[in-house]
Amino acid sequence: MESISPAVRTIRKTFMNTDPIKEDDVYPQVKEDFVNSKSVVSNVSDPNIAIPPLTDDQKKRLLRQMLLLRHFELTTQEMTLAGRVPGFCHVYVGEEATAVGVCENLRKDDYIVSTHRGHGHCLAKGADPKILLAELYGKKTGYCGGRGGSMHIFSRELGILGTNGIVGGGLPLVLGGAMHAKLRKTDQVAVCFFGDGAANQGTFHESINIAAIQRLAVLFVCENNLYGTATRVNEATLTKSFADRAGAYGIPGYSVDGNEVLEVYAAAHAAVERARKGNGPTLLECKTYRHYGHYVGEVASYRTKEEVEMWLKRDPIKSYSQRLIHERLMTQDEINALEGKVKDEVAQAERFASESPAPEAKEVLQHVFAD
Amino acid sequence: MRQIKYLQAIREGYAAGMRADKNCFMVGEGIARRGGCFAETVGLYDEFGAQRVIDMPISESGFVGMCAGAAACGSRAIVNIMYMDFTAVAMDQIVNQAAKISYVSGGQFKMPLTIVGAYGICTSAGAHHTQPLYPWFMYTPGIKVVLPATPYDVKGLTAGAIMDDSLVMIFQHRGLFNIKGDVPEEDYFLPLGKAKILREGTHVTVIATSVMLHRALEAAEQLAAENISLEVIDPQTLIPLDEDTIINSVKKTGRLVVADEGYATCGIGAEIITMIQEKVFDYLDAPMQRVHTLSAPSPYAPTLEKALVPDVNSIIRAVKAIL
Repeated sequence: MESISPAVRTIRKTFMNTDPIKEDDVYPQVKEDFVNSKSVVSNVSDPNIAIPPLTDDQKKRLLRQMLLLRHFELTTQEMTLAGRVPGFCHVYVGEEATAVGVCENLRKDDYIVSTHRGHGHCLAKGADPKILLAELYGKKTGYCGGRGGSMHIFSRELGILGTNGIVGGGLPLVLGGAMHAKLRKTDQVAVCFFGDGAANQGTFHESINIAAIQRLAVLFVCENNLYGTATRVNEATLTKSFADRAGAYGIPGYSVDGNEVLEVYAAAHAAVERARKGNGPTLLECKTYRHYGHYVGEVASYRTKEEVEMWLKRDPIKSYSQRLIHERLMTQDEINALEGKVKDEVAQAERFASESPAPEAKEVLQHVFAD
Repeated sequence: MRQIKYLQAIREGYAAGMRADKNCFMVGEGIARRGGCFAETVGLYDEFGAQRVIDMPISESGFVGMCAGAAACGSRAIVNIMYMDFTAVAMDQIVNQAAKISYVSGGQFKMPLTIVGAYGICTSAGAHHTQPLYPWFMYTPGIKVVLPATPYDVKGLTAGAIMDDSLVMIFQHRGLFNIKGDVPEEDYFLPLGKAKILREGTHVTVIATSVMLHRALEAAEQLAAENISLEVIDPQTLIPLDEDTIINSVKKTGRLVVADEGYATCGIGAEIITMIQEKVFDYLDAPMQRVHTLSAPSPYAPTLEKALVPDVNSIIRAVKAIL
């Protein structure tokens, strides 16, 4: 049922080791694959669905989007520690290739359901960093007028059906986006991001099963970042790859290197097109890693220094930048300039959020009910 | 007027809502070809088709969440959850998700989702098929709670709830399923948040919900023979609560009894009595009383079951205690 690339096979083997992952176990082959082989992206996809070659602009945009997610989150982290974010938050640093690789396949009218670590998904779906950061700051100008915060970000316009404070809470909700589309006979697709932790919630089973029997246009994206809060994945399940579970529901499942944006893009492309055609859901596991702790400020003492360093070397932005340089699509100077522009954009977002007004106390009871 | 059973009125209420909005769909377990656990959805599958009347696997979290998501997107959704006890399995989707989406999204999304199910401590249905759990949901901001007591009400309130843009939960007492009452044939939609005065009186106001309404009316009949006059009011919806109707009645009678099949702790009696104490204490001539089910899981044996739940005499005793 499952189709994997050599790179992913190596990673999978490594993931199941109880010892800390060593760089030599993974990195050389992954690097070799992504530099040399286009088959990495093609062999995860439905053979009936052709993956359109990305234009140069599209390839550059993937980098721009990943840089936006990265710098937004670095700023969010900094400002959380500085006390400007009144609540707590979880940053997506290190996992950018997954959100960007998936969401670049989506239309504005497609739906996403996100997680507690959801800023990246929202940005990848098209969220304005100014409005998003304003929400994190609890400002009136934020997406939800300051009522939601980091774990309750919604945008009707962008089809964002919420980041979510409950691990596994979003899995049933995504069925609703797809059911709505099915009832109205549109070809919208609904994507659910969730983590390896959520994959062990009951809602994982219920939701994938319902999506399968109803042939709902859902892409289930399991972001396996190795830790459900502080518990390592191999202490939480004996499942070797979450994609393997897809077979139990009679749907396709793929496991890809979630740090390789083109691999994610290709697999998601196949799954999204399959869903759009009315052929039902797909489970896509993206193996990735968060560079920081579970929440901002957490001391991630449950991870070894060697493991973290190995994954920092597998940084999705670094590796993709190298690829673009290798393909002579961009020079290092151009990448630096692009990064500078993104940083400016995030700095503007920070100013906007800081200067925005807070919601007024008299509005506190508005919207408890829809009427 | 035509008289039909409560069960048939449920069916007509569903149909009215589904006719009024062609984007309205319904899910449940065995609601399609079978026509529901209690035959309360018979005919809907034939009228609205397999696309809109959908049998689900036994996955309450999954399909409640699905309907919440679809409702947020703009499809009007109905969950027939069979027994309200089963909401406990779907609690995250109801309480953490559906009830909050409108608020935390800053009003970007509505939640036209109605969850309907049976409850009622009767017929030895036991600990998992009876519980009066509505105070759980009253307690959660963002949920409207409806307890229809008559065939007329259940048709109109079900249709009204379906057309409401907020999350509504409708608790139907199984002890009422076979009672008959006047019900118009045409579709109609009752507003939520309106209490109904069923019997006017002067000595004591009795606020009674669902099955207790019928016991309160019987108590009023018996007490009338003793020249004791009860004013019997059905709040119909607990959230939102029609405070004005209750307040005006208490101002007139100066005495209040609340009768409800739920438990006393954090229950509807505590809520209404506190509301009256806060707002019109000076009009009271006597301490207020509440009549509730004893706090124990619903027992199976008929003798034990009967011992748990208030009856007509419980209400009469409470009234006489404050006269």
